[in-house]
Amino acid sequence: MSRAAPRPGRRAARARPPWALVPLAALAVGFLVLPLVALLQRAPWSDLAELVRRPIVTDALRLSLVSAAAATGLSLLCGVPLAWVLARSRLPGLSVLRALATLPVVLPPVVGGAALLFAFGRRGLVGEPLEDATGFVLPFTIWGVIAANTFVALPFLVLTVESGLRAVDTRYEEAAATLGAGRWTVLRRVTLPQAAPSIVAGAVLCFARALGEFGATVTFAGNLQGRTQTMPLAVFVALESDREAAIALSLVLVAVSLAVLVPLRDRWLRA
Amino acid sequence: MTTRPVRPLLAAVAVLGALAACGGSSGDAAPAGDEGDGPEGAVTVFAAASLTDAFADVAAAFEDEHPGVTVELSFAGSPSLREQVLEGAPADVVATADEGVMADLVDEGAVGEPVVFATNRLQLAVPAGNPADVTGLDDLARDELLVGLCAEGVPCGELARRVLADAGVTPAPDTEEPDVRALLAKIEAGELDAGLVYATDVQAAGGAAEGIDVPAGEAGTTRYPIATVAGAPHPDAAAAFVAFVASPAGRDVLAGHGFGPP
Repeated sequence: MSRAAPRPGRRAARARPPWALVPLAALAVGFLVLPLVALLQRAPWSDLAELVRRPIVTDALRLSLVSAAAATGLSLLCGVPLAWVLARSRLPGLSVLRALATLPVVLPPVVGGAALLFAFGRRGLVGEPLEDATGFVLPFTIWGVIAANTFVALPFLVLTVESGLRAVDTRYEEAAATLGAGRWTVLRRVTLPQAAPSIVAGAVLCFARALGEFGATVTFAGNLQGRTQTMPLAVFVALESDREAAIALSLVLVAVSLAVLVPLRDRWLRA
Repeated sequence: MTTRPVRPLLAAVAVLGALAACGGSSGDAAPAGDEGDGPEGAVTVFAAASLTDAFADVAAAFEDEHPGVTVELSFAGSPSLREQVLEGAPADVVATADEGVMADLVDEGAVGEPVVFATNRLQLAVPAGNPADVTGLDDLARDELLVGLCAEGVPCGELARRVLADAGVTPAPDTEEPDVRALLAKIEAGELDAGLVYATDVQAAGGAAEGIDVPAGEAGTTRYPIATVAGAPHPDAAAAFVAFVASPAGRDVLAGHGFGPP
């Protein structure tokens, strides 16, 4: 903001990367792409149409999309408010709160799944009184899958939206407040529209992460076709019994994930 | 040479020497500090998940008998082991909970001649105290219970389906776990009311799970084969380990964990 020199043209800066970066960047691309190429190379192309119509694939795809969408919805509902608290409030211990909200990103998902069991399982801190009172058991249901997905994916939304909110120019909010807008109106009419690109990006990342969730789901929600078996679980189980189906499932998962992530890139950069 | 405190160091040097010799011509000269004429180095053993506790003890007993050798253990479901070995994982020995999986490896030329070294049988496992009053296989069909089986394709899952079919029971599972230990963990935690696991797993659970015998018969018994991997990085140590597992000393350790004789 205090920079006096004119901003260099974006196009010019893009055209000339320092040469030393090129081979290293190529190495990174190769490392990321080569396994995908190997996957494609193993794909049973001739049987693919039949394989992807099998119940194990369609059941898993439906369950994955539904549970990832539900997890994204829950994350938006609670994650945007949490991001606002992290970005704007002056609560004591905010850095601890941020670390706690980030923890599922770095924690092995299996640990998350076990912790969820200790909290919401039938003998869990909350789960046991819940079953006693209502008879409802979270594990081994789609609600368990959604809980596991949300636990693992929520931080992706929170962190993205928080950085988006930090980039919002607060002078607009101050101006709106000066002109008599209430806090709720400022949030709704000024802050959130400005943070919208980051909210969309956060939701997409959250959805994509939920789609790939394995460890917490299998630990907390179990694995049953049509009820709790999402795509990653189906891949894992099929890898042991039906390799071609496993590769077909993987291809579908890669395709869906790419379809979600490719449009994200531009938005992400503009944010 | 004879002062005791130096010995671990010498052993370490011997192991390093043996490792350094890997890839070069395998000379007959034993490295300095060798205790005997046994194999040297590290032997990597891929074993079925149901062997987790037993093979930890087997490995310790083997290391006591062969001071120059360290055993690295890696456990997974038997079909995963098959994939890993077929994809060229650097294993010396592979032990599966299923003869079919091993037969696949033999057909692919990935392992040497297998030896059956133990047997196991299925048992109905329930959490300590049996909160759902499970008495037999019929209870696995009760909708109101939370019931788990191993997934199809995993030996304990295949075995469970055979036993249930023999008994004429159509199970109503709430989860099909990718390996037997994952299933046992959920039973121990009380998240599941019952599940079919190996008798050895129930024993390994200590007091956390109780076992109920089921009419297993021939269908409910599984045989565990072990073999050296073709092109094993440490063939001598691998052969020594396989021989030890099948020896009376190895069988004693396995029997202590509830495995039956081959």
